Amino acid sequence: MSKATAQPLSLKIFSGAFLAFWCLIAAFPIVWIAVMSVKSPRDAFAASAWDVITGPATRAAGNGLSLIDIVLGLAGLYFAVRWAFTRLPGLVEQFSPPGFIVLGWLVGAAAYGLLFVLIFFGVLPYVFGALNAIAGPLGAPILGLTTEHYVAVWVENQFYRNFMNSMIVTAGVVTVSLTVGTLAGYGLARSGSDLAFWLLIIALVFRALPHSVLVAGYLPWFINSAEILRPILGDLSPTLYGQPWAIIAVLVAINQPFTIWMLRSFFQNIPAELDEAARVDGCSHFQAFRRVIMPVMWPGVITTGLFSFLLGYNDFLVTALLLDAQNQTMVPAIAGYFNRETTTTDQVEAVAAAVSITAPLFLLVMVFQRQIVSGLTAGAVKG
Amino acid sequence: MKFKTFVWFVGPSLFMMLLFIAAPLISVFIQSFQITQPVMQQIEVETCTPGFLTQTCTTEVKTVPIIDEETGKTQTTTAWVGFQSYKNVLQMDKVWAAVGSGNFSDILQIDFWKALRFTLMFTLVTLPLVVGVGLMIALAVNNAAKSLRGPVIFISLLPFIITPVIGSLSIYWLFVGDGILTATLERWTGQDIAMFAQAWTIELLMYFYRVWHVAPFAFVIFYAGLQTVNMDTLESAIIDGASRFERLRYVIIPHLMPLIIFIALIHLMDCYRVFDEIIGFRSQAHVISLQWLTFDFLTPDDAGNRAISRAAASAMLTMIGIVFLLILPLRRTWRDHKGGAH
Repeated sequence: MSKATAQPLSLKIFSGAFLAFWCLIAAFPIVWIAVMSVKSPRDAFAASAWDVITGPATRAAGNGLSLIDIVLGLAGLYFAVRWAFTRLPGLVEQFSPPGFIVLGWLVGAAAYGLLFVLIFFGVLPYVFGALNAIAGPLGAPILGLTTEHYVAVWVENQFYRNFMNSMIVTAGVVTVSLTVGTLAGYGLARSGSDLAFWLLIIALVFRALPHSVLVAGYLPWFINSAEILRPILGDLSPTLYGQPWAIIAVLVAINQPFTIWMLRSFFQNIPAELDEAARVDGCSHFQAFRRVIMPVMWPGVITTGLFSFLLGYNDFLVTALLLDAQNQTMVPAIAGYFNRETTTTDQVEAVAAAVSITAPLFLLVMVFQRQIVSGLTAGAVKG
Repeated sequence: MKFKTFVWFVGPSLFMMLLFIAAPLISVFIQSFQITQPVMQQIEVETCTPGFLTQTCTTEVKTVPIIDEETGKTQTTTAWVGFQSYKNVLQMDKVWAAVGSGNFSDILQIDFWKALRFTLMFTLVTLPLVVGVGLMIALAVNNAAKSLRGPVIFISLLPFIITPVIGSLSIYWLFVGDGILTATLERWTGQDIAMFAQAWTIELLMYFYRVWHVAPFAFVIFYAGLQTVNMDTLESAIIDGASRFERLRYVIIPHLMPLIIFIALIHLMDCYRVFDEIIGFRSQAHVISLQWLTFDFLTPDDAGNRAISRAAASAMLTMIGIVFLLILPLRRTWRDHKGGAH
């Protein structure tokens, strides 16, 4: 950097301080609810921040971590995370059959998650309990921490059902919208016709529509669909209201405008000479797409898939109105806590549920940070 | 690409959009002029209560819905009512009464106008804040050491990626009752503070939440744009004696202008749909938005009825706003397309 562009110290300090301040604001609410969720209600809503962090009431109730727990636990966490990033990829590649690497990763990640929960919540508490008993003063709890709210949410309130519903809906949304969107994005990127332009403009208008407008259109049809479809399908005609697969179709459609815009900009970056060469060699458009484009399109597809995942996972409005209580996904289910949020215990359980919803997203950013950033910039910078 | 191949590629996506976006729009449009009600009939009911010597009997006329004997459901009729639903939503008579008597604040007592006021104000207040804060973070990150940038981007992405309802809840819990930040504020100012007892404090928190949630998006895009600033132009600006601020004003911001427009457009679209904050902050008693109004009409009331036609009317009114919002950018895109074609 030349001398002319060197910055005065005051500017550097200001910029650094601003950045630190922003990071504090960005992370604080999320970190804070994570801290609150492991404290007894009295500590979680204590007036002093120090009490919330150390949790004296939680500790007094016999739930706490000793120095040994903290040191060993952090060490264990460090090795677990390290192992996930160094050894796990190798294992997944070794054991997954060729061509099913994505499936292999899904199974690997699920197995890792299960093992992690088993060891950290099933085995280690007993080991540490025994250690603390013989360690004397080092084994006395110094930091209040309890997992009772998570147990209440996941086991007693059967939050795992909502989790499963969320997973079904998001998995469906991602798969279908990528399949449909990839084809459309490729077609739009390779066709310079006026029709393609108008389709994109219409998609842009559709993207701006408030979702409640669409749901107002679905509701009467979905509730009465059994009677409307009876002349065609007979007694098999389903009531679409409350069906997860109907929600998947709705969310895919809502997501389509965004998906095709994004995938189109990715496909435009793949040189058209590539599929022209395949066409010269005698491939049809579909063969060219399958043999030449598909192998190189994955970065764009993964990025778009992440954003489809976010849409399906984060949606409140559509799922709250079109799903009934049995098939409720996680985000609307948390609204159920508001209605009975009468005691502070209920409130902390709602906090624990909120943290449970956030945790997968946190992992997502950790693993896919680069893809998310490239996805955000793809639409804007490249036009 | 041949037209037929093009149709095969785009067909499935187009079909989904037509079936689940275009068709519902038409359906909403039609519904907004109709009203579906259960068919009512008046019947005489004799109710007897046991009494001494003789029963005490009273007859009264009750209005009850007719129940279809085959299906066991209530019979309904659908009637065309013209602009009745729109009138119910807009309540123009009350508006004119308020204008006539000079009490303009009375207009904001009506749900629709209250929602419109908040939605527009929300959109206009957060827009400059998001662009400004996003640009400042981008400049600061661009200034920071290379090793710091990765972690900072990671932390910055968290507010963006978090579920909107959960994000607003996490801020709600910091301020609710004697939440940690309310308690701190009370200690500083020495007075009792209730953040969720009046509309304006809730609105402030909502503005804060939206900026917190969207600024990372603006930041990432501006940051990518900053990487492509032409260094030669910047150096010649220095030689010409431009101060740091002038370089920012006359070189960097014009370079980022297309990105600023892009963010503004996306932000306008998303802010106009503001909804999740209302749920997260539980502000429906004080502050509501247009999309929440439709949501509320669609939610079954205590008797299990949904006000579908009023929801359709309020949805169509919301749509009018979208048209205004998109006219300018669409005209621009059309001109660019025409210009590019020739």
